[in-house]
Amino acid sequence: MSEKSNSPRHSLSQRLFLFLGSMDLAITLLLALAVASIIGTVLQQNQPYTDYVIKFGPFWFEVFEAAGLYDVYSALWFLAILCLLVLSTSVCVIRNTPSMLKDMFNLRTQVQEKSLRAMHHSQQWDTENNLKDSVAYVEATLDAQGFRVKQTPKDGGAVLISAMRGGMNRLGYIFTHLAIIIICLGGLLDSNLFLKFAEWQGKISIETRDIPTSEIPNESRLAVGYQAFRGSINIPEGRSAQVAFLAMKDGYLLQELPFRVEVKDFRIEHYATGQPKSFESDLVVYDDDLEKPLEQMIAVNHPLLYKGYAIYQASFSDGGTGLNLEAWPLDKQAGNETVSFDTRVFDSRKMHWGDETVQLEMTAFRPFNINPDPTDDDPERLRNFGPSFGFKIRSNTGEAKEYLNYMLPVPRNGRDFYLSGVRNSPAEEFGYLYLPLDADGELVGFQRFLSTLHDSEKIEQVAQTMMLETLESLDGKRDETLEQSLKQTLNSLVKMFMRGGFVEVSDFIETNIPETEKETLGPAYLSMLREMLARLYFMQASDVPSTEQEADAQLVFLQDAVDAIGSLSRYGSPVYLELTDYDHVEASGLQIARSPGKPIVYLGCALLIVGVFVLFYLPQRRLWIRVNEINGRVNLLLAGMSNRNPREFDQYFEKITQHLKLASGNSSK
Amino acid sequence: MTNNIGILNNEPSRPIEQWLWRGLIFIAAALLIVRYFDVLDSYELSITVFTAACLAFLGQNWPGFRRHIIIVSALSFFAIQLYGDDLGIGKTNFFLSFILASQSAFMWMSALFVMATFAYFSGLLLRSPFTEKVGTVLTWSATTMGVVGLMVRWRESYLISPDVGHIPVSNLYEVFILFAVITALLYLFYERRYQTRSLGGFVLLVISASVAFQLWYTFEKQAHEIQPLVPALQSYWMKIHVPANFVGYGAFAMAAMIGVAYLFKSWRQEINPKGLLATSLPDLSIMDDLMYKAIALGFAFFTVATVLGALWAAEAWGGYWSWDPKETWALIVWLNYAAWLHMRMTKGWNGKPMAWWAIIGLFVTLFAFIGVNMFLSGLHSYGTL
Repeated sequence: MSEKSNSPRHSLSQRLFLFLGSMDLAITLLLALAVASIIGTVLQQNQPYTDYVIKFGPFWFEVFEAAGLYDVYSALWFLAILCLLVLSTSVCVIRNTPSMLKDMFNLRTQVQEKSLRAMHHSQQWDTENNLKDSVAYVEATLDAQGFRVKQTPKDGGAVLISAMRGGMNRLGYIFTHLAIIIICLGGLLDSNLFLKFAEWQGKISIETRDIPTSEIPNESRLAVGYQAFRGSINIPEGRSAQVAFLAMKDGYLLQELPFRVEVKDFRIEHYATGQPKSFESDLVVYDDDLEKPLEQMIAVNHPLLYKGYAIYQASFSDGGTGLNLEAWPLDKQAGNETVSFDTRVFDSRKMHWGDETVQLEMTAFRPFNINPDPTDDDPERLRNFGPSFGFKIRSNTGEAKEYLNYMLPVPRNGRDFYLSGVRNSPAEEFGYLYLPLDADGELVGFQRFLSTLHDSEKIEQVAQTMMLETLESLDGKRDETLEQSLKQTLNSLVKMFMRGGFVEVSDFIETNIPETEKETLGPAYLSMLREMLARLYFMQASDVPSTEQEADAQLVFLQDAVDAIGSLSRYGSPVYLELTDYDHVEASGLQIARSPGKPIVYLGCALLIVGVFVLFYLPQRRLWIRVNEINGRVNLLLAGMSNRNPREFDQYFEKITQHLKLASGNSSK
Repeated sequence: MTNNIGILNNEPSRPIEQWLWRGLIFIAAALLIVRYFDVLDSYELSITVFTAACLAFLGQNWPGFRRHIIIVSALSFFAIQLYGDDLGIGKTNFFLSFILASQSAFMWMSALFVMATFAYFSGLLLRSPFTEKVGTVLTWSATTMGVVGLMVRWRESYLISPDVGHIPVSNLYEVFILFAVITALLYLFYERRYQTRSLGGFVLLVISASVAFQLWYTFEKQAHEIQPLVPALQSYWMKIHVPANFVGYGAFAMAAMIGVAYLFKSWRQEINPKGLLATSLPDLSIMDDLMYKAIALGFAFFTVATVLGALWAAEAWGGYWSWDPKETWALIVWLNYAAWLHMRMTKGWNGKPMAWWAIIGLFVTLFAFIGVNMFLSGLHSYGTL
């Protein structure tokens, strides 16, 4: 608050005290803190360490880790700035409070006449009233204006009236600065510094493995106590827990709770437009100290407070929804029969499809999806995609593809499709497979066509007929080698298509056919393939079209089915999983916190607000009026000062001068 | 003569008008509470009483504000009556579709603010007090249309569906309008108090900028559509946290624009002391004082808003402070102005460097206001671009 003094006689500690209390340091620290705070807003804090490694590469990852940039606000250097600011503020408060308190009450009765004359605001006039009346009148006027007034007799019969208003202004200084110290101390109580310290001492160790709660070793557990923490836990409906997980660096700690929380039910309500309206959980708290379990509903903005713990509705996730699935074979390996089985979200199981053994990991389920339609040109348009479930199919080598199946048919150009998304890594966007639905709205039609295409005998049969028809249309003469070669070509075209769609066929044409014949043979091959596929399709199509419309519909279906089959190789899964039924179980994500510093912080906040307003809007104004009798004439000398708003005080001083002059029947100089 | 002299302004106090005003506000608040007692919870009751107290306080020495509130109330009631229970009427009724429906009112507000900016600058350049006065009238009109628009939008949200209804301070679009009207009101307050209209154009410039942004946001992003509240925003805290914040932002914006005027004047003074700008703009000392006043006011309200935000966060996010980007930037803004005030109050700095600093402060504030939503992700991501 006051300037540095460079007197050489100061001892080291005195100089340190002066340095810490200096205004320059305070302003530097305020700005340094502001700049340091920016870092944590630019770099996302407390993310999984692997994300940072990907983002920065191994070298910078380590540099940034050493600088504590992944958790800036509890990095040592950041705390050092904060501590220094608190220290500097404290020194200011200690140094200035005594004089401020004195200034609040001191009416300054010792001011000399010549100082009064020297003041910026100073006026002097004579009055016809006698001295006693004048003093009484001045006192009454200032009193009415809300001033504290005191009169002091001076030499030669003069009287000095000292007045002050807004002495509380000085409290504004004390309150605001004290508030900063209090808020920081309260915040310190609620920070995770003590945990970090314990970790540094080796008393606790951060758990990084994904293991069941019961297997978490003791040095990663925190006993019930008075310490602050902010943890979270997912509890499926109907289950309970007595712990919370505290995220720390690249792992977590386990905080034990003095009570057990059960989630009876979790609900999401929606607006008519589909946006979520509320997230609610029905909680039951079991504690030996309670006569009967405490039941309460929590929602966002409405936490449960119990024994100094606050339980918040923070998130939600799947709690292991039961899924009844039907696997439609897509690959020849997987056979021709659909297989039904039951599983749960987060379960994983070995599946045997033909010779292939894969790991099926169920990852997610949503009862309905009102999403922007990825296939629509207008990204704003929302559509209900019905229930969805996600899963991964992991091969023996450990590589996994991720799938997302929507269970409500999506219309496209008037036809219905089942949508299944697939991607190779979470970083990619989903690519979608469109499975066409038959006239009955089922996959059966597609499935039947697909199994026909897997049937070598039928392919052989169609190839035979087609070969004969083709040759007949040419010249009708039979040629054994040509027959065999054409039939084989037809056969292999279908096989190639089944392996890799039109892409594979095109590749074949590109690499195996001499350049000279490409022009003619290429399109011929493709049209032959199309013809084969169509024949195979109509061979198995059960219902003969009765109208032209139905015939068209069948052709369109054939086209859609061919498109779908052509992209199966990229889809990668040997089966298509269809959801036939589900038993939805949700998990409520609770945040559980204890912040013993909260009342302290709030006290500091209250002080800060009161202090700021007092400081700005309650100016401290002082007036002095020296009433003197010289040669039978009573003379008034008015002087004043204010520590805020000089402009307003100019006008105020003028007015009060007028006021006093008018009433005292003056004859001013 | 025992009246206090010049507590809020220098005009002679008119006790009859003051008491009439207080009485009017009291009756209005009482009627509101009696009529809606069943649906107001204790927080909303306190907010109502607090709002009434603020209106009574602000209006007692400020005739323009009294007029403003009365006109806003009359127009809003008229619009609500016209609407009845059917949102569709807004498209067919003449008064609604062309003047009072929130979207139309905001368009009027936008146009009037831009016109006011021109009027103020013309008045300044032509040395025409009349034109400047037109600027004042236009600014009042724009503010009135803006507040009416907010009031009507509030009602419209309930007409969409009772569960969608909410006070229109919930997303970036709505707070931009709030920012414009609050900044204008702050300016009008000081314009009357300092009896100078020459700063109007400068302050209105920042308001016009926000209007331009808001129009772009409307036409480019369809941001004007009323959206239901996400669960985190369903709290009475929103009603006080957001307006308090915008008193802060508005005051900081005003301070920065006065800083611009200050630098202009001191630049012109050096080059041509008898020139137009050098003589038309208020004294440097007045502008310096105004800048301090605005920053002090902004700082006080910003402190309140940040504390309210912390109290809200303790209820919604599980802790009063999470170092969320928005929180952190609020702290940065706060620290910046705290440093400014220390410089000014204890080191006695003033003049050009402080004007420059006030302008830089606006950019810091702007980043906390919009930049965080645009570039950073966090809990406080309501309204993105």
